[in-house]
Amino acid sequence: MSRKFLALSLLFSVLFLHSFGEIFAAETGAKEGKEDPTSFIMHHIKDAHEWHFFNVGHTHITLPLPVITYASDRGLEFYLSSDFQDPETHKFGKEFAHNGIYIDEHEHLGRVDEGSIMDFSITKNVAMMFIVIAMVLYVTLSAASHYKKNGTAAPKGAASLLEPIVIFVRDEIAQKAIGPKYMRFVPYLLTLFVFIWTGNLLGLLPGAANLTGNIAVTCTLAFLTFIIVNVNGNKDYWKHVFATPGVPAALLPIMVLVEFIGLFTKPFALMVRLFVAVTAGHIVILAFISLAFIFESYSIGVLSTVMVTFINIIELLVATIQAYVFTLFSAMYIGGAVAEHAHDDHH
Amino acid sequence: MDLIIPSGGLIFWQLLGFLALLFILIKFAWKPMLASLAERESSIEEALQSAEKARNEMSNLKSENEKLLQEARKERDVILKKAHEASAKMIEDAKTEASKQGAQLIANAKAVIETEKKAALSEVKNQVALLTLEVTEKLLRKQLAEDKAQAALVDQFIKDLKIN
Repeated sequence: MSRKFLALSLLFSVLFLHSFGEIFAAETGAKEGKEDPTSFIMHHIKDAHEWHFFNVGHTHITLPLPVITYASDRGLEFYLSSDFQDPETHKFGKEFAHNGIYIDEHEHLGRVDEGSIMDFSITKNVAMMFIVIAMVLYVTLSAASHYKKNGTAAPKGAASLLEPIVIFVRDEIAQKAIGPKYMRFVPYLLTLFVFIWTGNLLGLLPGAANLTGNIAVTCTLAFLTFIIVNVNGNKDYWKHVFATPGVPAALLPIMVLVEFIGLFTKPFALMVRLFVAVTAGHIVILAFISLAFIFESYSIGVLSTVMVTFINIIELLVATIQAYVFTLFSAMYIGGAVAEHAHDDHH
Repeated sequence: MDLIIPSGGLIFWQLLGFLALLFILIKFAWKPMLASLAERESSIEEALQSAEKARNEMSNLKSENEKLLQEARKERDVILKKAHEASAKMIEDAKTEASKQGAQLIANAKAVIETEKKAALSEVKNQVALLTLEVTEKLLRKQLAEDKAQAALVDQFIKDLKIN
């Protein structure tokens, strides 16, 4: 088994070493064959206006994505990412402006006349999000159809995949963290869990986008949790924030400030935790892959393949754990907002 | 595209996509799933409870049967005892009846014997009296064949009469 695995990894490193080298060369301008792993890694973990898969020789195999712009004076406009780049090198830049709009080398949208413009493009991550949503919808809806057809019969197919997750989120996360009123929040927590989990897992696929490791995505999810927590906050919750019980009057202004900041640090922690955990995993994997090209050695290639496989297995764990942690902490924050405190003065 | 600055476009699409996903899943996936899960759990719970109930009933029935059996045994014992007593009494009764009847028979026999004896005795007496009379007649005939004796006897009688 392990011999077969080693032989395979050797074969793959030999096969890919050359073409990856070409990618580096293409992306960094090929300064005397010296590759820049940092820009290679950063390019892979950041969002982009086109979906770049790999290079064959000097040909970039990419999927051009729609660029949607909005400006108050121009209205909505639709383009393709290939409109704004060099057809040969696939580089964006001011010099490739199209119809008065350009995408610069840092993939920021701009107008030639310096006016303001908003970017609603279907970027790589937006496309990835649609794939994740489609996947989640397919699995959950086919699971749900089992229940519609068979009622309370034992789960089968997608239902048997999803049912343990549903029960786990309902009983182990929602019920334990929220308390008696947990049933209202189970659908949100379930959606959160399956979306993040699927996003984490699909993000590990080669060529996939780093969706759940993007700060905008984690920011949106954390924001939704923040809204749900504060919309459902009961009297006790707000009393805790603005008139913390058991605190001397002189300290109250400081406490209120601290508690008020606390409202925002909770979702902020959610946002940063998921972003960092997923992005770090991607960076580690890509860094190990880059090692082979930095050292330009087949033996390092074998070693880095072994390490990448190892890290990938860990990342499978991390994908699940981070989805669990995000859901659990969301549930705990909701639980803190809806909990009925026993009304004694000892807090 | 920056690493740590969230881009507005992605936030917009993410918000839109996630909320759409949330509503579709709530309506078409989570609600039916959670409902049928709850239904299944409650049906399992009910089945367990009814099994427990059946088990309890069974054990109740068993103990009841045991009780009935015990009672039946007791009753049987009582009936047997009564039967024994009755038969003993019957034997006893029969015995006393038999002895009574025996005594009666004996008494009757005695009475018959007594009357027979009396009858026999009186017969004997009559016979004796007849014999005596005959003997006396014969004697008298012999003695009174002479006149003198007859006169003496008459005198005797007269004498007796006078005294009276």
